[in-house]
Amino acid sequence: MTPGTEAITGMRTKRTEIKDQYKRFIGRKIVFIFSSLILIFIIAGISATLGSYPIPVTEAYSIIWRGLFNNPETTKEIVVWNLRLPRILMGVLAGIGLAIAGAMMQGILRNPLASPYTLGVSSGAGFGAALAILLGKGIAGGEYLIIGNAFIFSLIPTFIIVGLAHFRRATPETMILAGIAMMYIFSAATTLLMYFSEAEAVKAAFFWAVGDLGRASYDNLLLVSVVLAGCFFPLMWKSWDVNVMGAGDETAKSLGVNVERSRIFIMTVSSFLTAAIICFTGTIGFICLVAPHMCRMVIGGDNRFLVPASGLFGGALLLGCDTIARTIIAPVILPVGVITSCLGGPLFLYLIMRRRREYW
Amino acid sequence: MKLRVIDVVFSYASVPVLKSVCLELAQSEMLGIVGPNGTGKSTLIRCINRILSPQKGSILLDEREIKEMRRMELAKKLGYIPQRGQHSFPATVFDVVLMGRRPHLSWRSSEKDEEKVLDMLQMLNIEHLAMRDINELSGGQQQKVFIARALAQDPEVLLLDEPTSNLDIRHQLEVMDIIKTIVKEKGISAIMAIHDLNLAARYMDRIIMMNSGKIFAAGNPVSILTPDNIKCVYGVEAEVNNSNGSPYIVPIRPVRPNGGGNEV
Repeated sequence: MTPGTEAITGMRTKRTEIKDQYKRFIGRKIVFIFSSLILIFIIAGISATLGSYPIPVTEAYSIIWRGLFNNPETTKEIVVWNLRLPRILMGVLAGIGLAIAGAMMQGILRNPLASPYTLGVSSGAGFGAALAILLGKGIAGGEYLIIGNAFIFSLIPTFIIVGLAHFRRATPETMILAGIAMMYIFSAATTLLMYFSEAEAVKAAFFWAVGDLGRASYDNLLLVSVVLAGCFFPLMWKSWDVNVMGAGDETAKSLGVNVERSRIFIMTVSSFLTAAIICFTGTIGFICLVAPHMCRMVIGGDNRFLVPASGLFGGALLLGCDTIARTIIAPVILPVGVITSCLGGPLFLYLIMRRRREYW
Repeated sequence: MKLRVIDVVFSYASVPVLKSVCLELAQSEMLGIVGPNGTGKSTLIRCINRILSPQKGSILLDEREIKEMRRMELAKKLGYIPQRGQHSFPATVFDVVLMGRRPHLSWRSSEKDEEKVLDMLQMLNIEHLAMRDINELSGGQQQKVFIARALAQDPEVLLLDEPTSNLDIRHQLEVMDIIKTIVKEKGISAIMAIHDLNLAARYMDRIIMMNSGKIFAAGNPVSILTPDNIKCVYGVEAEVNNSNGSPYIVPIRPVRPNGGGNEV
């Protein structure tokens, strides 16, 4: 072989080497996504067995499987299908939705602190619910009084932030500051309402805000899954544009992305998704902030993979936390929002400190 | 003409930045824009890239108004290289260069796009960095990655905003050499805002000297980089020597009273 051809083969092997490395890199992300999915199935099975009525793990799966085709008849089947499964499914769906919304908001605002919490969505929902619980005033009536109020009020901060972005060409930083301002306003308004209310009602309003999966029902689940499916695909479709926006607005524009319009679109879809979940569960914190970060630490920042990964991981995380919330001091069931923050906080701190280099 | 800028006027709020700027760019030409800070060099480049929209005037790419073009369409023809990156997420060099393929495909990257990325990494000699995180690289390495990304767009015109201002002298020369080679070999054109007059003198086919939002002088490096022009625009007394056919500028001292170059 002459030196020339040697150099060419050298280049070729280098190319295939990089390609292989890149394929393995993608492969790792796909493995992570499937692992999260399997994790959800495992935790769901365990969760279905836990409670005052004992059911072995193997039986739990077969009951769930049989129930897909027949109506539940035995006590065990009724316990699993009517009591435990709605809660489990709501945990998974809420975890998926909140984590996806958090990942996208962090992405479009290029800020690790962005989440439906810091942008005022949760405070808005909390105020709406408090209004319904304390004063009995609301947009919808009956069963949907609290839910309707929480949903509508949680969208108000988003409308204001999107309005600022559209009419005043607000930067991501301004949008976040506006969100934080909104958070303070709604929290203060909620406190004011509580100050003039009866103790029992205040307790109810307060616990609503902590977040709990106990109110899950099949009707709620249907609504949440429709919204989740309706929001997931547009967000997935935009996920590459969010990657490009991560390189800065100017670069993103030069790569053909309509930055302002994409930001408003994703912001609106993510907030809608969050609102549709937290109006049923209350404001479960931390999942939307932490699940995307944990996934980024493992699989990197490519949103095409990060969105499904954070979703499934968030689902597993929330379901896991709820399982703990149900068992840790059984028969008392703690609100899941307490567990997500109590366990998620230290875990997250540990992960941040363990990492040697900055990843954001 | 590849690109024509005709009577472009731009102001931020009420502060005029570009006052009726005209320029032309030929195929396979390297055009440098020089001038003091705050004179509108970067603004001009951003107007051409439609990051900013000028209040008046027109910008024609292949005789087509860029205002009338879709952003995606423009991104297939114009590649932009920022002064420095501001990547917020962790992203591998491979993925960053792959972003350059965004205008050409919608969601899934194909084998062809990955081949293109590999070609660009090879051309810039940064294959060994392929799987590294962009945020961990040095300024010079990052700049090469951004050039690779812009080239992955398959652009006809490259826009560069002071690409060498954060680099050491070796990387400055490497980056300029790469750009010069690409411009000549691929027949694409380049507009570069640049501070270093000696680099401009050495690498540019033509230079436009701007002062307070207007074009002060335009022509080849020898005719533009004269002691008189430099004194008038920068307010600096300078000596211009000749080194291998291109002018070499040695700044001596700032001119004290009213030496021109009224910076905004």
